[in-house]
Amino acid sequence: MPLPHLPLDAITIGAHADDWPAAITAAGDALVRSGAATSAYTERMIAVIREFGAYIVIAPGLALAHARPGADVLTDGLCVVTLAEPVSFGHPHNDPVSVIVGLAVTGADDHLQFVAELANVFNDPKVIPALAGATSAEFVQSVFAP
Amino acid sequence: MKIVVMCGIGLGTSAILKVNAERALERLDIEASVQATDVAGVRAAAADAQVILTSSELAPVIGKTNADVIVINNYFDVDELVAKLEIALGS
Repeated sequence: MPLPHLPLDAITIGAHADDWPAAITAAGDALVRSGAATSAYTERMIAVIREFGAYIVIAPGLALAHARPGADVLTDGLCVVTLAEPVSFGHPHNDPVSVIVGLAVTGADDHLQFVAELANVFNDPKVIPALAGATSAEFVQSVFAP
Repeated sequence: MKIVVMCGIGLGTSAILKVNAERALERLDIEASVQATDVAGVRAAAADAQVILTSSELAPVIGKTNADVIVINNYFDVDELVAKLEIALGS
């Protein structure tokens, strides 16, 4: 399974968020807008961080917002939100966060290939700073294009 | 050899860590299976593992284990994974 198509309406450039729940909500809103999930999924992504901490900040400046599959996931989906001002999630090494990638998957087993594609994109260390400085959704879309 | 990658819910972040740990092992020419798990499953998954890879946030919840716990800061940095796995596996 390749990376799901990243539609323009799943991309938000320069979102304003006062804190990390607001930043995750912006990612949830993008998944709702693009038809991948309902707003209940947003709440579950926030709950994961409340339960386990800021471990989803997996690289400097980048948070991977996600939760388990569920009825609130309508289709596999990806979203990207860049923040106007970086937000602290409480991670000892990778704060502050300026890029949030939101992930919604319908099944746990078949998402590995899609995550491998995501790793291919982000294994280039220039990608996170480039996304953080993006000024158009079209640019962000091009970064994730196969 | 078995390596366990752990995240909060056992998918997404741990899957990224699994993919990049496999790339690091390939670079080190080490044969190992890499299994993704969540916090609830780590005790069972790591019973026969040499190494557990996870984040600094989650390392304290693992508790008592015979495996080496390695904290990875940047999940996309294969160089960091290579360096830390090389030390832990002593190759």
